[in-house]
Formats: sequence, C-alpha cells, structure tokens
Amino acid sequence: MAVTPPANRLWWNEPIHIVELGWIVIAFIWGLVMFFTMVYWHSIGEQNLANETYKVVPQSFAAKAEAMTEKYTVRDEVGIPVVRPPPGSDVYLIARIWSWWPILELEKDQSYRLHLSAMEYSHGFSLQPVNINIQIQPGYEHVLTITPNQSGKFGIVCNEFCGFGHHTMVSPLYVVDRS
Amino acid sequence: MAATTQFRTCPTTGLKIDLAAQSLIKANAVAAVVFLAIGGLFGLSIALTRWPEIHLLPVDWFYMALTAHGLDVLLCWIIFFEVAVLYFASAVLLNCRLAAPRTAWVAFVLMVVGAALTNVTVLQGESSVMFTSYTPLRAAPNFYLGLIIFAVGALVACGNFFGTLVIAKEERTYEGSVPLVTFGALTAAIIAVFTLASGAVILIPTWLWSLGYINHIDPVMYKLVWWAMGHSSQQINVSAHVAVWYAVAAILLGAKPLSEKASRLAFLLYIFFLQLASAHHLLVEPGISSEWKIFNTSYAMYLAVLGSMIHALTVPGTIEAAQRKLGFNKGMFEWLRKAPWGNPAFSGVFLSLVMFGFLGGISGVVLGTEQINLIMHNTLYVPGHFHATVVTGTTLTFMAVTYLILPLILQRDVMFPRMAQWQPYVFGLGAAGISLFMMGAGTLGVPRRHWDVTFADSPFGFEFPSAAFMMLALNGLSAILAATGGLMYVVNVVASVFFGKKTADKPMKVAVPVSTSGQPAAVGAYGSAGSLNIPGTITLVTIFFVSFVLYYYVNWKYLAEVWPLR
Amino acid sequence: MSEGGTPGTRQTSGGPEKERIPFWQRVCDNHFLLLFIGVTMPTVLYILWGVMELVGIPVAPQ
Repeated sequence: MAVTPPANRLWWNEPIHIVELGWIVIAFIWGLVMFFTMVYWHSIGEQNLANETYKVVPQSFAAKAEAMTEKYTVRDEVGIPVVRPPPGSDVYLIARIWSWWPILELEKDQSYRLHLSAMEYSHGFSLQPVNINIQIQPGYEHVLTITPNQSGKFGIVCNEFCGFGHHTMVSPLYVVDRS
Repeated sequence: MAATTQFRTCPTTGLKIDLAAQSLIKANAVAAVVFLAIGGLFGLSIALTRWPEIHLLPVDWFYMALTAHGLDVLLCWIIFFEVAVLYFASAVLLNCRLAAPRTAWVAFVLMVVGAALTNVTVLQGESSVMFTSYTPLRAAPNFYLGLIIFAVGALVACGNFFGTLVIAKEERTYEGSVPLVTFGALTAAIIAVFTLASGAVILIPTWLWSLGYINHIDPVMYKLVWWAMGHSSQQINVSAHVAVWYAVAAILLGAKPLSEKASRLAFLLYIFFLQLASAHHLLVEPGISSEWKIFNTSYAMYLAVLGSMIHALTVPGTIEAAQRKLGFNKGMFEWLRKAPWGNPAFSGVFLSLVMFGFLGGISGVVLGTEQINLIMHNTLYVPGHFHATVVTGTTLTFMAVTYLILPLILQRDVMFPRMAQWQPYVFGLGAAGISLFMMGAGTLGVPRRHWDVTFADSPFGFEFPSAAFMMLALNGLSAILAATGGLMYVVNVVASVFFGKKTADKPMKVAVPVSTSGQPAAVGAYGSAGSLNIPGTITLVTIFFVSFVLYYYVNWKYLAEVWPLR
Repeated sequence: MSEGGTPGTRQTSGGPEKERIPFWQRVCDNHFLLLFIGVTMPTVLYILWGVMELVGIPVAPQ
C-alpha cells in the first residue's frame, strides 16, 4: 500500500504493466511534441517575442522618447501628444505612473521598431482587445518589431500593479489605414 | 531521547504514533486553518470588488486585501499544512519518533511570529505591494522580515523531516524503501528546501534595501530569484497533494500503487525538473533569451509534465483497481459510481484529482508555453489557472484529508458529519467556478490585480466586452459559494478540534487496516499484479489527453491571429 | 551519482533475498542525494543561467 513500505523489497525490478508503459510513452512523446512546437514556432510563427534588450537609464530613455515626440506630434489629447512616426522607424513608448507617453498613431500593415521601458516601477503593456501582453521594466529597454494588421482604436492597459493609481493607467493607440 | 518518547498505537491503522509528533501535527494544522479563514475572507472581498456591480472595497483596501490574500493562503495556509503532512509522512508512517520535537516547536513559533508580523505590517497599510512585492515597489521592512522569519521556521521544519528519515533508517523502524506517500512528502520537502532558500536569498537583500542599507535591487533579477520561491512553493503543493491522494486512496480503499516503480519515477521527475517552471512568470520579460525560456518553462522537455501525467493515470488507476478488488466490477464505471461519495475524504480527493488535471494542469501547460504566454500574461487567466491548481487541487485535497486526520491523528470525531459530507462539493463547485470564470475573463483581456476595469477614473478609458463583465459577476458568485464551503470546513474543524468528542478507542469503520504485518486478502504483491484491468481509468485519461491536445492547439490558433511581432 | 555500477552493498534487514539493489532504486533510497540533485538542478539551470543572461545585457546605444 502507498502508506506502507513496498511489499517487494526489490520494487524497481517489478515490470511496469503494458497499459501504464503505453501511457508513459504517449505522455513522453506528447512532451516532445509540445517542446518542439515552441522551437518550431520561432522559425515559422509570426508571434515571437524579441530578445533585443538593453540596459538603460530611465532619463536617457525619456530623452529619446521626447526627441521622437517633438518630431512627429500631430495633435494633442488631454494634454498628451499623439505622434505619428513614419513606418519602419524607431518608436518609443514610456510607461510611468500612471500613463503611457506619448499616444501612438501607426499605419496598418507597416512595421515599427517599438522601444518599451518604464520610468520607476514595473508596468504591463497589454494591448486590447488584441490581447498582447508584455512586461515592461525600469532600467531595461526592450525593442520589438510590431506590425499592426487591423485598423481602429485600441487600448493599452497597464496590467502590472504599479501603485494605487494603477487602475487609471490606460491609453489609446490608433491604427489608421494608409492615406 | 528515544527512551523518553511516548507513543500510542492507532486502533484503526495499527500505526505507532509519537505523541510529540501528534501535538505538532495538531498545532500546524490548526494554524493552517486559521490562516485559511483569514486569507479566504480577503479572497471573498477581492472577488466582490472585482464584480463591477458590487465593487465592495475602496482602492487602497483592495490592494491591501489582495496582498494579504496571497500571503495568507499561498504561503501560510499551505506551508503550515504541509509541515503537518511532513511530520505525518515521516514520524507516523515510518513508526518512528520525530527527530527533534523541541526544534519543531521552535520552527512552529518562528512561522507563527513571521506570518503574524507580515500580516500586521500589511494591515498597517504601507505595504500593499502584492504577494510578489516586485521591486522597486517598496514595503515596510517588517513585511520582508516577517517572511524571512517564516521561511527560516519552515526550513527548520523541513530539517526535522529529514532528521526523522535518518533516525527511522538507523533505528530500522521500517524495512526496505520508505512508503510511496513518504517518498512524495520527501519530494515536497526537497522542493521546499530550494524554495525557502531562494526566498531567503532574495528577501534578505530586499529587506536591507527597504531599510536603506542597499541602494538598488535590479527588478528583473529580483523577479528571477523571487519566482524560484513563489512558483516552487506551489510545486511543494503539487508533490504534497499527490502524496495525499495516494494516502487517502490507500487508507480508505486499501488501494495499492499500480506499480511502485512508475509512481516513484513520477516523483523523481518532479525532484529533478519541476522547479524549473518558475520560468512561467518570466516568459514576456525583457532581457532573457528564448533558449532559457523554452528550456526552463518546459521543465526540460516537459519531463515534469510527464511525471504529472503518470500520476494522472496511476492515482485513478489505483482507486479503480482497489474498487474492482472489492467487487465493484460491473461495466466500465461501477467502481466510480459506487465509490464512497458520501465520505468527504474520498469525494474531496476525487474532485480535486479531476479538477486539478482538467482545469489546472492543462491551463498551466498552455499558459507556460513561451509564445502563448503573450496572449495571457498578467491577465485574469493567470489567477484562474492557479486557483484551479492551488484551490481545487491542493486546498480541496488538504480539506479532504483533514476529515481523516481529525479522527486518526487528532482523535476527535468530526462534529458535524452531514456538513462535512456536503463541504467538498460546495467548495469544489465554487472553486471550479472561480477558476473557469477568471480564465474566461482573462481570455477576453481583463487584467489581474486591477481595481476597476471600467476605467471610470481614467481620462481615456477602454471598454471590455460585456461578456467580460458577466465573467466577473459569475466569478463573484462562485467566490461566495467557495467561501461558504470554506466556512463549512473551518467551522467544522475548529469545532471538532476544540469541542469534539474524543474518538472511541476502536477502529474507524471506513478505513482499511494499514497494519504493516497483514495485507488485505486476495491482493497481489502490487496493484497491477496479474492482469491490470482499469478500463474506466483508461477512458478517463483518454478524454483528458484529447482535451489537452485540442485546447493546446486552439490556443496556438488564437496566438496566430494576433498582430505579428518579433 | 558516481556510485553507479557498483553492486548494492546494503542488504535488506533480515530479508532472505541477497540480490543486488538496482541502481535507480538506490538513488530513490538515498534521500540526501535526491536533496542535492533537487536543489542543484534548478539553482544551475534556472537561477545561475538566468543571472548570467541578465548580467550579459548590453547598455543601450545613445
């Protein structure tokens, strides 16, 4: 019994019944399949998180974001600039308590190099309703290439707890059709 | 020392029980239940706040309650109870004295003091940093100090477990290898040592940082090491509750492992690989390579999942084999239909087995897939998943086994047996609801740890689909049901322990004798001796496997539809 | 695990069988070896490897 020592002293020598053995083999193979699915997706899949990351001082990241914003601001919403950077360019998005800065306006089916970093605490980049979720850390600049394939108004919700104003940290993101 | 140890002999099982171990099991189990009650109450208040129509707590209370909820149930309830399980699986099952009862009491006091200190600090309101306390969020120093003291206490308790194993071997209180349940407990203890050591490694510098002696704690480094504690502590749970599944099946039905080798191999895979899954929390983190992520998140090619899948066959398999030997042999499922569903120890364990596998296991593997994590990370899907593993899995199992511990170890009759009969169903249904509806809301993008997803206070706002709000309401209703089940458990246990009738000095009738000398009649040397006839279990695992594969690839399809990114 | 291959020396107490104990069974019965492996594996594969990755991150270009 499971609460007593094995009746057979040499329990390792007991054969495993074919039913159990069959299941173990199936489970093992399934594990390999799942493992190699992840590996395989890196070569054929279009959704893989980039590994390009740099250490960065928050102030210098903010300076880069400000330089970009100065160049490409098209309008203003509730005091936050809306920027429309050219396709293919480096786009900087600051996560800070408790807003995203600046607001981005991107073109559909164009790729952008999106740089993410946080000013003081960890924040969570949660693009809704697409449901892409990426962690943002202070001191780390994460660079990924995104290609919006839908147009419309999206929301960036913070989904990492960042203090009592966390629930107000949401911002729009616009994707427009090519004009 | 050995000469002064006092034993009693359990009339039901024939086991020799060290009275010091018995008192320690009682103390740790009672402390566990107290923290379950406190943490559960916080949990209910959180679910009712996230139900937008009710929105119970103000914002600062919400985050405070969320911090306390995590600490009290994920750490205190579970680890106190696990210490009780460790003492049971070593001293009681090995017919041995506990290595060092005085030190074990010191461990207990340290754990109580640490848990209390952290709780009080959280309730003072300056430490609402969540259970994870990610830096640079800063809690009051005593928040970290309490956790460190608790971890040291728990480590000392693990030391006592290992000490008892050594003594049992030296004093030859058992022959051959330790029982399978003890081996499962050993797995839990080994993972606990890594868990608690990691906790100390990260929390001590963080404590010094909050005192001002250290300038900077790197947030990703913190997260990496913290999760070696935060996630592995839940792997202690898995090992401990699987061990309890085997124990309950053995004690209630006289079930034997189908094969000692396969079941121990499964635990061995846990020891080697299970803890790597701490990587599940770092899959969308900047600065860590995909190689590290894929290797660790898959427990080195899913070898620990292999362990779990072995248990998924062998646990119901041992139950089926035992039931068939008792004569429930008709058709595919008579063994299951005529199982002791009125016995809360059995119903709790079986419900937990099914829900842990289907809800917790499958969602965990999917969530822990490197790329799929992109569409789930930090959404309510995550708490949905771990409420399936920790609540319907571990908590329900621990509740179930309490109904055996009460008469067998604590020598008290269950005070309200009818209430005990219903309790696993009420709690299990509520907990399953919590898990499912949170996973549903998470699939729709609703973030976890969020006070107001209507964004009423925000200049911009965002509108989640109405289905998401329905999920949150259903989650609230399920939480009420689960809290009712939790209350039924706490009241019954506390009443039985302190005011219950002392168990009569005769064998309990539900249990099968566990005496080490005699074996139940007409049972082979091991569960699958001769022909292994478990068609019902084969059907169940086939359904499980098909659901697993389908759900896994459905989520790849979801992923393939989101914006390309690389 | 260097003891692999050497015949089992521990004998069962009073048991009639004098067979050698299989290697993996001896591993399972050696609780402190398991403790060592169980702590070392995640420390090396998860923590140390992870820390090395974080330490190796370059500084952002200006």
